[in-house]
Amino acid sequence: MTDLSLADFQPLEPGQEIHGISRPSQSYWQDAWARLKVNKRALVSLYLVIGLLLFTIAGPWVWTVDPAQQDLDQVSRPPGADRNALIVADYAPWQTEGLSFGEGLKVVGDPTTQAVKLKWDAIPGANGHRIYRNIFPIGPERSYGIPRAEFFDNRVVTFEDRLDLKALTYYYVLVPLGPRGELLDNYEVIEVDVHRVTTIVEAVDRGLIEESANLQIGDEINLDWHPFGTDYLGRDLLARLMAGARVSLFIGIGAPFLFVLFGVFYGSIAGFVGGRVDQVMMRFADFVVALPFLLFMILFKISFGIGPGESGVFPMLVALVVLMWPATSRLVRGQILQIREQGYIHASQLLGAPTRYLILRHMIPNTLGVVLVTITFAIPSAIFTEAFLSFIGMGVAPPTPSWGSMSNEGIKTMLTTPHELIFPALFISITVLAFNLLGDGLRDALDARMRNQE
Amino acid sequence: MAVTDTPIDSEESFARSAGKQLAIYALYALVLLASLIYVFSLVAGRTGSGTSGGAVDVANNSVTTTLRQEPPQLDAGRSTDASSFVVLAHVMEGLLAYDDNMQLIPGMAERWEVREDGATFWIRDEALWSNGDSVTAHDFEFAWKRVVDPDTASEYAFILYPILNAEAITQGELPKEMLGVQAVDDQTLEVQFAQPTPYFDKLVAFNTYLPLQQEFYESTDGRYGADAEYMIYNGPYVVEEWIHGASMLWRKNPTYWGDHKGFLDEINAAYITTDINAKLNLFKDGQIAETQLLAPMLPEAMEKRWQIDRVMDGTVFFLEFNHREGRITDNWHFRRAMQLAQSSDELVYKVLKEAAYLPAVSLFPVWIQGLNDIFRTEYPPIEHKLNVQLAREHLEMARQELGLEEFPPIVFLTGDTPISILSSEYYQELYKQNLGLEIRIDVQNFKQRLAKMTSGEFDVVVAGWGPDYDDPLTFGDFFASWNLNNRGRYNSPEMDAQVRIAQAELDPKKRLDAFGEIQRIVYEDVTLIPMYERGWAFVVDPRLKGFKRRSVGPEVDFNFAYIEEVED
Amino acid sequence: MTRSNMWIFILKRLVQGIFTVWFIATATFFAMHNVPGDPLLNDRATTEAIRANLQAKYGLDKPVTTQYVIYLGNLVRGDLGISFTQENREVNDIIRDHFPVSAILGILAVIFAAAGGVLWGALTAIYRNRWPDYVIMFLVILGISVPSFVVAAISQLLLVNVNDLFGTTVLPVAGWGTVLHMLVPAMVLGLGTMAYLTRLMRSSMLEIVSSDFVRTAKAKGVPPARIFAKHQLRNAILPVITVLGPSIAAITTGGFVVELVFAIPGLGRYFVQAVQQLDYTVIMGTTVFYGAFLVFMVIVVDVLYGFIDPRVRME
Repeated sequence: MTDLSLADFQPLEPGQEIHGISRPSQSYWQDAWARLKVNKRALVSLYLVIGLLLFTIAGPWVWTVDPAQQDLDQVSRPPGADRNALIVADYAPWQTEGLSFGEGLKVVGDPTTQAVKLKWDAIPGANGHRIYRNIFPIGPERSYGIPRAEFFDNRVVTFEDRLDLKALTYYYVLVPLGPRGELLDNYEVIEVDVHRVTTIVEAVDRGLIEESANLQIGDEINLDWHPFGTDYLGRDLLARLMAGARVSLFIGIGAPFLFVLFGVFYGSIAGFVGGRVDQVMMRFADFVVALPFLLFMILFKISFGIGPGESGVFPMLVALVVLMWPATSRLVRGQILQIREQGYIHASQLLGAPTRYLILRHMIPNTLGVVLVTITFAIPSAIFTEAFLSFIGMGVAPPTPSWGSMSNEGIKTMLTTPHELIFPALFISITVLAFNLLGDGLRDALDARMRNQE
Repeated sequence: MAVTDTPIDSEESFARSAGKQLAIYALYALVLLASLIYVFSLVAGRTGSGTSGGAVDVANNSVTTTLRQEPPQLDAGRSTDASSFVVLAHVMEGLLAYDDNMQLIPGMAERWEVREDGATFWIRDEALWSNGDSVTAHDFEFAWKRVVDPDTASEYAFILYPILNAEAITQGELPKEMLGVQAVDDQTLEVQFAQPTPYFDKLVAFNTYLPLQQEFYESTDGRYGADAEYMIYNGPYVVEEWIHGASMLWRKNPTYWGDHKGFLDEINAAYITTDINAKLNLFKDGQIAETQLLAPMLPEAMEKRWQIDRVMDGTVFFLEFNHREGRITDNWHFRRAMQLAQSSDELVYKVLKEAAYLPAVSLFPVWIQGLNDIFRTEYPPIEHKLNVQLAREHLEMARQELGLEEFPPIVFLTGDTPISILSSEYYQELYKQNLGLEIRIDVQNFKQRLAKMTSGEFDVVVAGWGPDYDDPLTFGDFFASWNLNNRGRYNSPEMDAQVRIAQAELDPKKRLDAFGEIQRIVYEDVTLIPMYERGWAFVVDPRLKGFKRRSVGPEVDFNFAYIEEVED
Repeated sequence: MTRSNMWIFILKRLVQGIFTVWFIATATFFAMHNVPGDPLLNDRATTEAIRANLQAKYGLDKPVTTQYVIYLGNLVRGDLGISFTQENREVNDIIRDHFPVSAILGILAVIFAAAGGVLWGALTAIYRNRWPDYVIMFLVILGISVPSFVVAAISQLLLVNVNDLFGTTVLPVAGWGTVLHMLVPAMVLGLGTMAYLTRLMRSSMLEIVSSDFVRTAKAKGVPPARIFAKHQLRNAILPVITVLGPSIAAITTGGFVVELVFAIPGLGRYFVQAVQQLDYTVIMGTTVFYGAFLVFMVIVVDVLYGFIDPRVRME
């Protein structure tokens, strides 16, 4: 208990030295912004987002390859695969007159990725023959490989293989057939080294050389370079990733932001107002969730008048927003129900704060933790839903790519050509990571309890 | 950085104790989970796949396989899908049947006679139903009359049209008693034709011609074919158990008359799924006896030293044009341009890359028989050569004929299967490069695609056709102007005339000549552009022999399969 | 809440639920009939007479509004009709046979997701900014960036390899019927939700950790374990509960991919097939059924809410 004297109650003289203000008074939002700017996580996510935007918008100016152009000589090539090719004559059906026989199973001419021509002598006792092709040597278990052709007439002694030839070593096996087409025991095998070729016409078509260039048969050239490899139709993966970024980022970020925004407002009004309004609003939300998604997607597409084969990105966005907001609203409402019983809300109300102020300034920022998580998860969900919809014809039409549909396609060849799946999945992961970090940073910045704790 | 304002060591111990608490909760959750699982397993056993002895069970002479889809029902007179065809091919037998080399052999009929005006079948005495009753000619008469009855609403009724009055009955113009078939006595069945049908013996081997015992059918009170107990069987197997959506079990039928089929005691279709990767995994795990192999699975198959086999599945896929008036695709020059600018070789060899697919060159697939040899050996299709220059000329002529400044986008209607979308994407880029055309790909699911085809809302559709019976007519009559399946509404008097000959001509050589003409017309008039003939590459457990995959008839055939131990 | 209040509350909600289901049925019915495509069209074309008979058989020859009234009448009596594609099977039977399968899978998946989500989420909050946090968050991001088809396919492949390694069937690769068949599919199904719940739990816990009443409790000297259990977990779990109810419904309906890859006879597969093949009765039947199920789960969640957080009043 200090001693008080009358002198303590003397009014202050004007102009007396008072402490300065250590820093300007900041509103809640200004403080949050300041903290966000130095938040490490938010910074990283900012760089990532900028990187993605650059990739999407500026990328096609730098890497000008057409995402729809098919390079059928380089289908499903991984990045860094070798691409040198010999020039040969254009393909012409094989004329088998004048071939000499008597040497058994042999290759005719040069085995190339254009065609492998085989000739053989009829095996004694055979009613017909079957040709197999293997990429492994034939061991004692007699697994011959892929059947390439069956001939039930033993006078047929030539075969031209053109199926999916790569620059590898193949083993061709000739197996005799019995009278009922069954495989007999003896077989002949030959090892064939195939090398990659292309024709002058194809090289000119793909812009590898000028038309006037003096290229001869037997010269070597390099086929197109694809830094990320090619997909199942020989299209450049990097170009497709750039083109796909537009659709995926637009839908994948646009849709979640919109429906979360709507869900937040809807849920906070329902949660705060309560009573009958709340009940009706929530029942309506239940109603929307229970509707069969696919059916209504189809309806949306039709009512937007998208023609056959046209890309319906906007209707898809609208449909995603309209059909996915209920979950967020329910979540937000739950949070609001908790928060509105807090002390500071009552205090604000006593001070005469209008409902709108309470919702905007107090409640929504406090639900942000939950909301940001929802957005982070909604992004890949929207991307994959878009892929599914495009696949069944409700979204973007071929050949427009999107990361989700590229992932779907890549799954089929996951074990043989994983790069077709890895790259789009990687980009999706990066996007998710970016917004995840942003969400963390935002939440840290907006958390009122961490205010003034620098 | 923001930090809670409690001292560090208290924070540590707080974290530790909270962690401990969590661990306890996790334990509770696990216990709850375990007990729930136990309870559930009791419930799940009801709808389970049943136990199976693995892919090949030598001791029980049984094999395990899969079905692609659940058969909607097993009523032969009304079934239309591949799964029910597979089941019925094992548990039922018609007048005639196929042996393991796809040759016609006697089935329920021990001998038969096909004449110009009709046919007669003599049913064997020893043919029995699984309930012990004899199979009689009355069973066939009843079944066929039921099929053509419009009340039955059988979608395959058209396959009975060669029988007198069948078509009129399905239109509702005549009562079903007027069908040209009578059971003269228990063992003799007489059939009258609407017009000479020399291929009738091949027809009666088809599903829709299977017999049905009237007494039993009426006792099921409309539930015939809905479940295993609502059927009687006359084939080498019976359906012993059918758990909907999950599995089916076939057991050897003791009352089956012959010993040339049905060597396995039990066939267990223990898994129902369309996912081919799942089937491959089941095969690798030793749970099923055979599976298909798609192109990406082949390298692994070769590495594992599996015996890979392949067979044509019978279907031909093609680009079908919309020949309705006013459509751009109705213009012959336009179609010719599209035909010349492509070659099905590149599609199959470089894009689809399936080892068992063949580039299609004709409406008729490679396996169709001619007179003494393969049809396409006796009637070689016109050789097609890619010619982009000529194609562009035709395109220009089409443009002038149609009076267009430039061509509007062409709509490619396609189904939602990966292969059709892949083919469409290939063509989209190809025609853009070679002809400068803009192609729009309209992806629709099955029912919607059919609806658009029927109403003509397409320019080109990626379509296919599979055989119903082993005669060229199953493909040959496709483009007759009266054929409802001709959804492109192709209308050519020349084609119609040839089809009529093919349908009614008795001289086999003249008939085949007509098919040769049809093949030529299809190419020269560019009725369609052939894409590929589908086939299956597949692998079979080495202990299972005699297993067949068919081009005509059931997709998979275990009728001639048997188990043989393999010495290592 | 008093006991009688709670019962009144439940009753009110049930009545509202019936109306909701009715709206769902109506919207779906008219949407379905406006979708292009004809359920009666098939690969082999049929004659007019046969087609007319098929239409009459399925009641499709009447005007849509009449069909609707008939359908409602049947619905009230519990008759969901006969499937178009699975002829001779009543929709009631289909649901009765296959819904329990999906439900079992769904419930297991949700429990797995919830237990895992709460566990991992709380861990990341407790060990914030230390290595468990980073590892778990990395896995979470990876988990949601990979589509469910891939996860299912990879896990099935893993099972094959595991079985191969041990030379015997440790876990079945596909199929349904025993405990072992349920484990992996349920885990795959629940993975996405678990990742979501982890994140939710984490952010929720982080807020609570630094909140006033926790500080008060610590200051009071309440043992840390008790703080954690009674205050933190209880409050943090509320958002998780909110999500859980509809999650069960979503997982049960969305189990389509898992059912396909693991050859499980669930309702999800039937439903997707029905939409593709325009099987009207199955579409309607499953939608109505799922709608009712969803409404029920939401009611359960709301009641649970009241028990967990006494501050939340139900009006």
